[in-house]
Amino acid sequence: MRNMSWFNVSALTLGFAFLYLPMVILIIYSFNESRLVTVWAGFSTKWYGELLGNEQFLDAAWVTVRVAIFSSTIATVLGTMAAYVLVRGGRFFGRNLFSGMIYAPLVMPEVITGLSLLLLFIAISLDRGILTIVLAHTTFSMCYVSVVVSSRLVSFDRSVEEAALDLGATPFDAFRSVTLPLIMPAVVSGWLLAFTLSLDDLVIASFTAGPAATTLPIQIYSSVRLGVSPEINALSTILIAIVTLGVITASLITKRSLARQAEDARRALAEE
Amino acid sequence: MDVRRVSLIAIPYAWLLLLFLVPFGIVLKISLSDYDLSIPPYAPKLDLSGGWAAVREFLGALDFDNYVFLTQDDLYWKAYLSSVRIALVSTFLTLLVGYPIAHAMAQAAPEWRPTLLMLVILPFWTSFLIRVYAWIGILSGEGYLNQVLGVVGIPPLQILNTNIAVYIGIVYTYLPFMVLPIYATLEKLDTDLIEAAQDLGCTKREAFWRVTLPLSRPGIIAGCFLVFIPAVGEFVIPSLLGGSETLMIGKVLWEEFFNNRDWPVASAVAVVLLLILVIPIVLFQRNEQRAREAGQ
Repeated sequence: MRNMSWFNVSALTLGFAFLYLPMVILIIYSFNESRLVTVWAGFSTKWYGELLGNEQFLDAAWVTVRVAIFSSTIATVLGTMAAYVLVRGGRFFGRNLFSGMIYAPLVMPEVITGLSLLLLFIAISLDRGILTIVLAHTTFSMCYVSVVVSSRLVSFDRSVEEAALDLGATPFDAFRSVTLPLIMPAVVSGWLLAFTLSLDDLVIASFTAGPAATTLPIQIYSSVRLGVSPEINALSTILIAIVTLGVITASLITKRSLARQAEDARRALAEE
Repeated sequence: MDVRRVSLIAIPYAWLLLLFLVPFGIVLKISLSDYDLSIPPYAPKLDLSGGWAAVREFLGALDFDNYVFLTQDDLYWKAYLSSVRIALVSTFLTLLVGYPIAHAMAQAAPEWRPTLLMLVILPFWTSFLIRVYAWIGILSGEGYLNQVLGVVGIPPLQILNTNIAVYIGIVYTYLPFMVLPIYATLEKLDTDLIEAAQDLGCTKREAFWRVTLPLSRPGIIAGCFLVFIPAVGEFVIPSLLGGSETLMIGKVLWEEFFNNRDWPVASAVAVVLLLILVIPIVLFQRNEQRAREAGQ
């Protein structure tokens, strides 16, 4: 271990304290007996019970999960295609516009994206509901997927693809049996990213959701505007727990698949 | 050119054209129409079914009333200025907080780096709304911060509903966007260069200012864009943490749309916001494209 200066150690300690303390406080106070959220009155899980009885939250959660599953799956397919086109597609008409449309949504203020999509849906008289939220979420999250996947496509050795082509595989076969397995970790993390972005989005969903479909962030926002509430603390804790578990599982899976790939490569070399 | 290649390009291309570019055209069109008490609440001026004659008539009668209105009412230009100022200050603060973290991560032992990286990324996966919400409890009048200050004997501070709370909120939620690109450049940095600088007589501090910092510029630039651009149009943070003094254009647009239901003015606000952001967005894209081509 290289020796870390006291400055580096304190930068990391303070930095991570800053990142995690607010969430730790939130989690601790979700087990607070009192409705007054800033006064500790003993341990209790009653707010979790109340949350499970809250129909509005449960309905919204169900809508949110469905939207996230559909939009992240479509976004992963489209985003992977877009990444492949950007990295391997060569020159084609309008390539700069295409690459611009991939990167612009990453930094586009959400209010603009939301407003413009809503005006589109109204112009083509598409009723606002789950479908419109899915379309909106797919559009911005496919750009994130394509950035994640294209960074993986750029980094791996192209000669394995070329070898497959030389051995007589069609470009499609080469993609399916060589490229896709190699970029799979990036495709999976792209899907996860798209999924969480969709779960998380308040602004774009507020514009594109109709009265028929309310998502969880919209529900949380409207109750948070009135101040801190113990139910929201409990809900936040559940969401933080799900995300933490998901990220840890995903990173373990990626680690294992990378280790297996390295092992396969080693064995292949040994057989030669 | 086979069918597969064409459809591989055409499908994502068509999706983005229809759901990203065309909507902007519609925003532009509505920003040029008049407010009307109907559903939808604007009087369209351009009817494409009328063909060329309609387009000519539209161009002849074109007026920029909504844009003129934006310049006449103090609210709007003040909100634009104040959004840019708040975003600049917060980007600078995020850099101040984020750089030491990224630097320390890059200096950590290689076996620690994946864990540290995950610790930075993890909050980014957690709901943005919840992370902003967590600060309400900390910063409010009887909040946790004031309780701690009270124990030490410091009088309570009024932070919630001020611009300071907005700065804290932006630094907190956008920190991973600053740390990750800077870490990426610092990690690739050739440590021989720093050692060479030190061999040639630089102190550690001088080596940092004259070698490490200049070489990490691409990461700093990418991080600053990733924080600055979305921060200008931020809605959630000013809405939950800011107060009456906080004037941000994202919030103005939201209120114009949802509360006043004035779609033409909301669209004009969006068009002008986009014009302000076009320069940083294009610079950001150039930066990314260059980075990608350098990696290829």
